[in-house]
Amino acid sequence: MSHPAGETAAPRKYTKKDFESDQDVRWCPGCGDYAILSAAQKMMPDLGLPRENIVFISGIGCSSRFPYYMNTYGFHTIHGRAPAIATGLRLARPDLKVFVVTGDGDGLSIGGNHLLHVLRRNVNVTILLFNNRIYGLTKGQYSPTSEVGKVTKSTPMGAADRPLSPCAFARGSGATFVARTVDRNVAHMEETLKRAAQHHGAAFVEILQNCNVYNDLAWNVLYDRESKSLSELRLEHGRPLLFGPVDDRRGLVLDGPTPRAVRAKDVPESALWVHDETNPWKASVLTKLAPPDFPIPIGVIESLQEPVYEEILLEQEHKAITDRGPGDIGALLVSGDTWRIG
Amino acid sequence: MSDASAPASAVHKQRRQLDRAVVRFAGDSGDGMQVTGEQFATEAAWAGADLVTLPNFPAEIRAPAGTLFGVSSYQLQFGSRRVYTPGDRLDCLVAMNPAALKVHLGDLKEGGLLIVNTAAFEQKNLDRAGYRSNPLTDAALEDRYRLHKIDITRMTMEALEEVALGAREKERCKNFFALGLVSWIYTRPIEPTLGWIGRRFAKNAAIAEANTRALKTGYHFGETAEIFTECYGIEPAAMPPGVYRSITGNRALAWGILAAAQRTRLPVVYGAYPITPASDILHELALHKRFGVRTFQAEDEIAAIGSIIGAAFGGAIGVCASSGPGIALKAEGMNLAVMAELPIVVFDIQRAGPSTGLPTKTEQADLLMVLHGRNSESPVVVLAPATPGDCFFIAYEAIRIAVKYMVPVVVLSDGYLASGAEPWLIPDPKTLRDIPVKFRTDAEGFFPYLRDEATLARPWVRPGTPGLEHRIGGLEKEHITGTVSYDAENHDLMVRLRAEKVRRVAQEIPPTTVNGPSAGDVLVVGWGSTYGTITAAVEELQQEGKAVASIQLRHLNPLPPDLGQILRQYDRILVPEVNSGQLVRILRAEYLVDAVGLNRVRGLPIPTQEVRETIEQLLRDKQ
Repeated sequence: MSHPAGETAAPRKYTKKDFESDQDVRWCPGCGDYAILSAAQKMMPDLGLPRENIVFISGIGCSSRFPYYMNTYGFHTIHGRAPAIATGLRLARPDLKVFVVTGDGDGLSIGGNHLLHVLRRNVNVTILLFNNRIYGLTKGQYSPTSEVGKVTKSTPMGAADRPLSPCAFARGSGATFVARTVDRNVAHMEETLKRAAQHHGAAFVEILQNCNVYNDLAWNVLYDRESKSLSELRLEHGRPLLFGPVDDRRGLVLDGPTPRAVRAKDVPESALWVHDETNPWKASVLTKLAPPDFPIPIGVIESLQEPVYEEILLEQEHKAITDRGPGDIGALLVSGDTWRIG
Repeated sequence: MSDASAPASAVHKQRRQLDRAVVRFAGDSGDGMQVTGEQFATEAAWAGADLVTLPNFPAEIRAPAGTLFGVSSYQLQFGSRRVYTPGDRLDCLVAMNPAALKVHLGDLKEGGLLIVNTAAFEQKNLDRAGYRSNPLTDAALEDRYRLHKIDITRMTMEALEEVALGAREKERCKNFFALGLVSWIYTRPIEPTLGWIGRRFAKNAAIAEANTRALKTGYHFGETAEIFTECYGIEPAAMPPGVYRSITGNRALAWGILAAAQRTRLPVVYGAYPITPASDILHELALHKRFGVRTFQAEDEIAAIGSIIGAAFGGAIGVCASSGPGIALKAEGMNLAVMAELPIVVFDIQRAGPSTGLPTKTEQADLLMVLHGRNSESPVVVLAPATPGDCFFIAYEAIRIAVKYMVPVVVLSDGYLASGAEPWLIPDPKTLRDIPVKFRTDAEGFFPYLRDEATLARPWVRPGTPGLEHRIGGLEKEHITGTVSYDAENHDLMVRLRAEKVRRVAQEIPPTTVNGPSAGDVLVVGWGSTYGTITAAVEELQQEGKAVASIQLRHLNPLPPDLGQILRQYDRILVPEVNSGQLVRILRAEYLVDAVGLNRVRGLPIPTQEVRETIEQLLRDKQ
């Protein structure tokens, strides 16, 4: 397929297959990454973007092999640095749709600083963080999201450090879109990834992912049919926060700033907390909800519209050129104090 | 003397002609010595002198007043012949306080002109400078130097009596009095400074007026006061005709980028994290958005280089700058650019180290780091400008090579070139070599690592080009296809190909210019900012009939193809460097020549005298 330069064809109608690269996928059999890849490939045609305008950038780790399997432009970079590389790419090429794929080690440990700043600046990138609570590619050390007491090769007597919540980190960093989804729910993943990709600004999605080799069933509370109903809180904008079995629904209420789980039948419906993606205060509380006292919120936690970093910079450039004309090196060289000899 | 207009000169004073003079202004870091020095340099240049400057300031922004470590100075040498260095020993020292006197007096020639501001020699300042008694009362000082004790503060205050400013603001004008006085002593025109004051303080008429009066008062004081019996003239230097400006190395690097941006019509992403002495490049570029330069102040050094790698992947020009500590952090990013074969340019404005070291002082000790300081086999192109003005051409050339060969290019500048200034013959940008940018758009036969036969460059593809979707990364690539490969023979081949690509940049290097006889007793080899020192020393000896020559290496990797041949034409090879011997090691290893080093690591340029003495010693050894 040969195209002359500069041609912009009408958006093609793509299928999932158009986004599958010719590379053999090399994750361990049974890895949650397969489902995420599949969901992403299925979601891509819905974006309506020319495939050549899409770039996947990753760091290092199991998740970061992702770009090799997407038939788009892709760059597998260095450990933790994908957000910085993506920022530079957006500055150079604001016409491209840029995804960052990272993991709990890559994004929150070695690359924590870059993740913080790409979110703070609100660079227009979609960030997928695969959270399996373990270092997989290096064969099983505990990660910044591993629970206290986690026994791994590097913590034979249990991890001593406290885990962080990726969504709380993202919110604290100023992300304008924060969501969480889970690898065993392909439909939810597809929907959530699509929402994130369509967000204007830095979008952060934590994908709860299973490492069946080094941390199997870390998210079992969400996989197990029995526990799932009490552990999963589906977020839907404008709908009350309800979870639990059909015959014994639970709900969340806010006692001032403090959330409380109640039996739905014990409170009037008007007392229930109604999800509002545009409310940053409530979003802050949502990111802190975790078992055993609370279910895990799944869905879009927060979605706000804020100015985008690179668009502000490019507006400044545009204004400078409009006001004073394009730069002229010949004129610049003779500006200011000069003198003639001879 | 509140009248700032020129009094009729009643006193006729003698004017003595000099070839050159070395002047240093020294004072507290709040005394405005940098501005004073810069303005004096501008005046000297306007009068047609050639010159080289050496600003020297403490790392502390506002060091405690009156302390030895808070002393800031600005030195320049100007002359009617070519001037290559800021000079070793001073003809004139202006010391605005006791600390400045204590720090700098040792550099003043015996019989040199010493101007001190007596107002600052009060007990508190003497204590801070560690003087047990007032050195100005020591008769020996007057015996050794031509000492002028002037109450610069009081005379400035009196001159500004009618200006509506507070006492503190008036007192701060005293540096312009000193500048006016030295301008008269060396017959430099004050017009450029008057113009500068007008522009700089356009929004504050009172301050503009005060500085103007202080400057003129100082000038007229020299003219009329009985204490100065003579002044000095310096004829214009014989310089190539044309329009000149003053330029520092950092500004020249920035403008070189702008020239490349305009020529290529590509956007430039400049990623930077603040660090001395590289930050001025960021400040300068941030002013020139009209050239399509997008400056990005990153969260750290790693993000800075990461951003420009992303930009290069996107088909833009990626440039970053830092100094040693930041370059150390960029090693990982540079290696990604080596592996991904993307064109980026990294400026290393070297400073004295290791670790934080002496942030505001100069050094040339990062050469081996940029050549070898990354994991595995990591070849990059390395260039080094010789003078502040040369930084313009080197920056442009670095971008040209990076884009043509799809390779990272490192430019080794240093603190001395960065802030030093020289009169610069403004080039015609049309004479710069073209930077041909070819983006691959044809999908037919496309492979990400299919190389150009002449340069071995892989194709540069802008994302957004249909049909060329592909993936690259830091994992080893299969030759041609660019897919991930763990094959042993392929890795060996790729290591060789990456090295060969950098070696082929040698075809871009013009024949080396030898300054002096094409064969002889001693060849002095320089790189970077030692150019001036070496040239001055070698030319002095040449005038004395010695068979001594020098060459300046602007390409450090690859080295010029004719270098081996040149080295073999001389009995001895001397390599002066502001490090413990880095280039000398490379020359010995590459060419099996018995090169020797002259190494001084004091945070300052090597004095010309020391280079000269070392060459003379080599000449004596030969006999």
